Order: sequence, then C-alpha cells, then structure tokens
Amino acid sequence: MLKARHLCCGVAAAVLATGVALAAPSKQRQDELIYQLRQDCGSCHGMTLKGGLGPPLVPAAVAGKSDETLVEVILHGLPGTPMGPWAFEISPEEAAWLVRRMKEGL
Amino acid sequence: MCPTLTFATARLSILATVLALGGCQSAPRGTGDLGVVIERAAGRVQVVETTGRTALYTIPELGDLSHASTVFSRDGRYAYVFGRDGGLSKLDLLGGKLVKRVVQAGNSVGGAISQDGSLVAVSNYEPGGVRIFDAESLDLVADIPAVYGDKGATSKVVGLVDAPGRRFVFTLYDAGETWVADLVDPRRPTLRKFKDIGRLPYDGLITPDGRYYLAGLFGEDGIALLDLWDLDAGVRRILDGYGRGEKPLPVYKMPHLEGWASAGDLLFLPAVGRYEVLVVERDGWRERGRIPVHGQPVFVVARPDGRQVWVNFAHPRNDVVQVIDVPSQKIVKTLRPGKAVLHMEFTPRGEQVWISVRDEDRVEVYDTESLERVADLPVDKPSGIFLTARANRIGL
Ligand code: HEC
Repeated sequence: MLKARHLCCGVAAAVLATGVALAAPSKQRQDELIYQLRQDCGSCHGMTLKGGLGPPLVPAAVAGKSDETLVEVILHGLPGTPMGPWAFEISPEEAAWLVRRMKEGL
Repeated sequence: MCPTLTFATARLSILATVLALGGCQSAPRGTGDLGVVIERAAGRVQVVETTGRTALYTIPELGDLSHASTVFSRDGRYAYVFGRDGGLSKLDLLGGKLVKRVVQAGNSVGGAISQDGSLVAVSNYEPGGVRIFDAESLDLVADIPAVYGDKGATSKVVGLVDAPGRRFVFTLYDAGETWVADLVDPRRPTLRKFKDIGRLPYDGLITPDGRYYLAGLFGEDGIALLDLWDLDAGVRRILDGYGRGEKPLPVYKMPHLEGWASAGDLLFLPAVGRYEVLVVERDGWRERGRIPVHGQPVFVVARPDGRQVWVNFAHPRNDVVQVIDVPSQKIVKTLRPGKAVLHMEFTPRGEQVWISVRDEDRVEVYDTESLERVADLPVDKPSGIFLTARANRIGL
C-alpha cells in the first residue's frame, strides 16, 4: 500500500510537470472507468454526477477548475474529508481522461 | 374491483384475459411478506414477496434511484421511495403501480414516516433541509431549511429518522448539528437544535425503542449521542477517540447507520477509516469490544433476534459479507456473493436474509442458520432492499 502510494506520487508529479495531455486509456478500460465513475464515485457524487455528499462533478461545476487540480484530488484525495485517494487503482493518465469526460459531460 | 367469473364454463384463457385486464389477484392477500428492491440504474423498483421468493411487479420511471431508500405506510400497502433526484414516489404494493410522484427538491437522500403514519419527511442535500408531506396526498405540509451560522448558509441533511410523539430527528452534515423537529402541529414545526455535536456527521440512527439518537462522525473518531427522553442533557460524545490517534484508512464509500444495529443490550457500529466493527453497551454507553473485519464496514445489521450481525463493505473490498456471532463476538462465516454487495435485509423474523449484488445483477437469499444460499432473483443493478416489516419499527 505504502509502496504503491510512493510510486503513484512520483508519477503524478511527472504528470503535473508535463501537463495532462496524455494518451487515452484503451476502449475496454474507458468503459470500466465510466462504470466506476457512475457507480463508485456516484455513491458520493450521485450516479449522474449532480452531487450528493460530495459536490457535483458536472461540466458547469468543474469548468472553472484546472485539470491539474482535479487530477490531483482524484489521485490523492482531500485529507480530512470523505474524498479518498484513488491512485491505488486509477493511474494519472486515467484520472486525466476522467477529468476530460467530466468537463465534457457524461 | 375484480370482476367475478360466474360461468362454470369459462375457459381458462378467458379467465387469464380477465385477470390480466383487471390486474387482479385471484384472492386477496396480506402485505406482511412484501417488499421492494431498488434497481438503481434503471430507475425501477421490483415488488417482491419473501414467502415464495418471487418478483410480483416491476414499477418503472421513478427517476434517479441511486442511493434510494424506502419507508412504508403503517398497513404495509404503500411504499414511499426517496430518489436521489429529489423524487418522492408513492407505490401501491398490492396493485403493483405508482400512485403519485412529486419531485420535491434537487438532490435528496432519505426519508422517514411519522409514528402515526400521517406525515412523510424527506431529507435534502439541495436545497439543504427537510420537507414534510402529507402521507395520503403527498402535499407539502412544512418546509424546514437547514440554515445555520450567521451567514445564512444551508447544510446537507443526513440521518433523518422518526421518533415517538410525531417528531423527526436529523443531522446537519456541514454544520455539525442535530435538530429535533416536533410536528404535533404539522404546519408549525417547533425545532430544538443541538450545536457542535462534532465534525462532519455522516448519518444517524435511533435505537429501536425510540429513545436514543446516535450520529456517526466522519471528521472525528466518535459518536454523538442524544437521549430523546432527556433533551435538556444535550448531546454527549461516546466512543471518543476510538481510532486511538492512528491515521485513518481512506473510505471509498460512506458507512450507514440504521436501527438494525441493535442486538440485545449491545449496539454494533461501523468504525470509520478502520476495518473494525465497534461494540457498545447500551447501559452506560461504554465500548465493549471491537471486531476486526474484512474491510471498511458499510452496513452492520443484526438479525431480528440479535444472535448474528451481518456486515458488508466499501469498495474495493465489497465482494464479501461477514457474519458475526453475537455471544462470542467472532466472525463465523465469510461469504463471497460477488462484486459490489450493496445491501442486506432480513425477512421479518430473520430466518433468511436478502442480499443485493449490484455487479452480478442479482439478489441472493441466504438461510441464516445454515448460511447457505437458497435462492436468487435476477434484478438489474440492485441496491436497497426494503421489506414491509419496517412499517412496524420506530426509526425505519
Ligand atoms: C466517500 C465519498 C466519495 C467518493 C466515493 C468519491 N468522492 Fe470525490 N469528493 C467527495 C467529497 C466529500 C468531496 C469534497 C471534499 C471537500 O472539499 O470538502 C469530493 C471532491 C471531489 C473532487 C473535487 C471537486 C471540486 O469541485 O473541487 C473531485 C474531482 C472528485 N471528488 C472526484 C471523484 C472521483 C473521480 C471519484 C471516484 C473515483 C470520487 N470523487 C469518489 C466524496 C467522495
């Protein structure tokens, strides 16, 4: 667990340094990510991302926030809030792809 | 009204047609073994019965049912379904149809029905507050915005339950407050507010006797306790610092609190950020023990006789259900129903438990003595399972 965290942070730092315009995940992985976004993230953000205990993640809500910040939140969470770090199963590339989907709208 | 067939010569096909047209049962039936299963993604509800373990009807077009919950009219005939999109739907379980649906808020999360069955309350995230409806007509009766502080901010509301004496109790997530609303005069609710109960309360429960209200805290290790028989004593903290200062593990799904947590003189509660179930004595509210479990507990529910406690878990460890033996406080069985076990509901006397397994599109039924699976039903992305026995329980 610890090891994974260290690894992920290194990668995330690299991503932040180079911006988030990275290769898209495979089609199959994209489907999994969207399913996860709706179902698992959806348990707090709502299945349609209109918000729940967590804030809405619809285009209007995230438009004003930088990709880097949102990717960072997804990977490392917001300590002291229910938003946990997802880097153990979502890679920086995948987080960047998710942020683009959120900004476009599902 | 069901048409009656008087011709002795009526052929079976005619009978079938008449029954289909009239939507009639061949005999009247009771509601004690009925319930609903939420199909969260499809926005549908299946009406089920637990005697033959079958689905009777499907009721569609109920909106966004992720995180939906249900309460029942006191005769068990009507189910009130609270949808995420603010929809409040009243279903007739005997007729298998939607009676009425109102969209009463933008974003809501749960509800309760008053002791006398006349009022239905809904807790909303957006706009934060509680709205009270006439259970018969679903007309709005009272609106209680969850405004706190001196800047007019509103809070998301969690942990809404009914309490004896036509009261509702609920908790303000952002404000860290618990409010008791008295609806003896439904149009003029009177409020009693308890402030500073702790950081980020995420849910609440009332003990089955209707006396104690407990709010679980996310932002601190501990539970806020209110004795409804002695409101002047205020809220006090129990299980304070149960994490012993250790760094909490991340939580990938919020735990839930429900009155089912009660087993005899003990209460079983999910720890937050720890793979543990906490055991508290009701007498004195001291910690009696903690049971290491498979993951972050989500629901911790006692079999109605209090002999066992069943636990499911948060993502990504959510393919497992564990069974705790209450006298020994040991895990006696680890079941693996499949990916994304979301909810568990016991039959009224607890001989069986229904378990929803979202990613397998299945509800599984287990015998609670043999701990073997005895049946399963195909259900599209099942989440909550709610049986009419709740109609007769305070806080459910
Ligand atoms: C256990 C509940 C929970 C789950 C599950 C969850 N989140 Fe969150 N999330 C939150 C909360 C609460 C916040 C707001 C925290 C705060 O600022 O107080 C948040 C904040 C965020 C933000 C920042 C939003 C903003 O406007 O700044 C993003 C982005 C986000 N979450 C994405 C995700 C994604 C993607 C997933 C799934 C991989 C996810 N969340 C799963 C609770 C959750």
